[in-house]
Amino acid sequence: MHAPDGFLTAPTAITTGLMSAGAIGGAIRASRPELDDDRIPLAGVTAAFVFAAQMVNFPVAAGTTGHLLGGALAAVLLGPSLGLLVVAVVVLVQALAFADGGLTALGYNLLNMSVVTALGGWAVFRGSRRLLPATTAGVTVAAAVAAFASVLLSAMAFSLEWLFGASAAVPFDRVFVAMVGVHTLIGVGEALITAGVVAAVLAVRPDLVRGADGIGPTARRGRLSRPRFVVTGVVVALLVAVGVSQFAVDAPDGLERVAEDLAFAEQGAEHTLSDAIFSDYATDGVSSAPVSLAIAGTAGTLLTLAIGSGLFLLLRDRPRRVMR
Amino acid sequence: MGAGHRHALYVHEHSAVHGLPAHVKVVATFAFTVVVATTPATDVVAFVGLAAVLVVVTHLARVPFGFLLPRLAVVTPFLLAAALLPFVASGPRVEVFGIAVAVEGVRGGFGLAARAVLGAGASLLLVATTEVPDLLRGLERLRVPTLLTQIAAFMIRYLEVIAGEVGRQRTAMTARGYDPRWLWQLRPLAAGLGTLFIRSYERGERVHSAMRARGFTGHMPRTVVERDAVRADWLLALALPLTAVVVRVATSLTGVSEALR
Repeated sequence: MHAPDGFLTAPTAITTGLMSAGAIGGAIRASRPELDDDRIPLAGVTAAFVFAAQMVNFPVAAGTTGHLLGGALAAVLLGPSLGLLVVAVVVLVQALAFADGGLTALGYNLLNMSVVTALGGWAVFRGSRRLLPATTAGVTVAAAVAAFASVLLSAMAFSLEWLFGASAAVPFDRVFVAMVGVHTLIGVGEALITAGVVAAVLAVRPDLVRGADGIGPTARRGRLSRPRFVVTGVVVALLVAVGVSQFAVDAPDGLERVAEDLAFAEQGAEHTLSDAIFSDYATDGVSSAPVSLAIAGTAGTLLTLAIGSGLFLLLRDRPRRVMR
Repeated sequence: MGAGHRHALYVHEHSAVHGLPAHVKVVATFAFTVVVATTPATDVVAFVGLAAVLVVVTHLARVPFGFLLPRLAVVTPFLLAAALLPFVASGPRVEVFGIAVAVEGVRGGFGLAARAVLGAGASLLLVATTEVPDLLRGLERLRVPTLLTQIAAFMIRYLEVIAGEVGRQRTAMTARGYDPRWLWQLRPLAAGLGTLFIRSYERGERVHSAMRARGFTGHMPRTVVERDAVRADWLLALALPLTAVVVRVATSLTGVSEALR
């Protein structure tokens, strides 16, 4: 996701740059009260943690690995504004001192990897916590949902920027579905790692998890009842699905355009990956486009959910809290 | 660590480029990447010219090419994306060795790859000739909020320590037979990262109290008085982006690229 120089057009780079600068400025103002008493070293060492955590590769499937983005994790642990700042510093240093991500691409890289992940992740986290019981398990699951959503939001932000500032003639829909498709899988990894980290910290020092306010060491370490866990997950995912699918309709570069491109691009081999995801993105026999898309999106989500929650339950049944 | 605390991408030399004040170099590098980022994908000659400019500066800075080239690998994922573009882009297609590729995709892919490599090259050259603390001071002089640069300074200072802990954790896990291959095997990895966060945070707390005990009030003392930039510095540094602009204008005016297409 560390986009290089000239990946998007100049107006997009400038616009996203202004947006990121605004968000970072706001975060600086918001976190002044807690940083005022010179707690900068703490933020710095935590930033080093996020940087190091991004270097840990985790397996996705045999031979394929992914790595943490960490925006949602930082927000849950440190709160949204300090979390945003810490991840922004990581992205900034990666571009400046490690040549990872272009200097002129800093606007959209900061927006996608720190602003969207930290603020979006925090919003989803707060929302999910309202639906979940105030227990350590509730916080852990909310962190997982937030991490998953933060990766998808980041991929969506990236696609949206591509819509406005593409540097090559790849249609928006294609980028959108490819990005969101790939990042669904990465998001599952991000969710599991984030949940694991939050659970481990909650077990030892719950006071360090900003997002777990109201859950002290004395709090009930109850497990989330399975039905409630499933219902919450399904509701959140369906909301996301319906929202995302409507978004696809609103795009000026509509589905007709893809159909046109696909009819035109009849050579199969090179396209198998991207086309397979698209071709079923609308339901046959439903005349209204938004309804058709909503159905397609919902069905897709249910399938993903089935796989995802299967993984989750598998994981939850393993011996808990290895580190104690 | 015995080899001193130098950033891995820094090349110790005494060239004219090394001697320039950091903020001047940051401005020049940024301006150069702006030229790179706005060069149209069709202007092949301009990209060659910009690469030549970068090669000359690398030579002047006495940074070995053997040092710089392998480190360009940081843009590999985007080179792969660029290689895919001819197949996924829309628009008219041409047959190349029996495979239909989109003309726009070939152009876009080339532009993407060229900009990525040149941009990363310029950034690498900046880090190779500027030590990181100077770089951060340079950013401060360019009005980047001190809160950000100070967090960055502490981050860089402790990065090696914490990355070292990650490495030791990994070694310990491997020694005990943990070799995750699937998504559902990463619980211990996550728990390890949780421990790492607590250790890092507690280290931060200790560093913070130690610093307060020594009189820290939120601002680091300036121990090194850096040189102010004089006009000669600006002229020398800005020669890089200015030459880049000249190359751009020259290729578009003479239409060399048009003729080649």
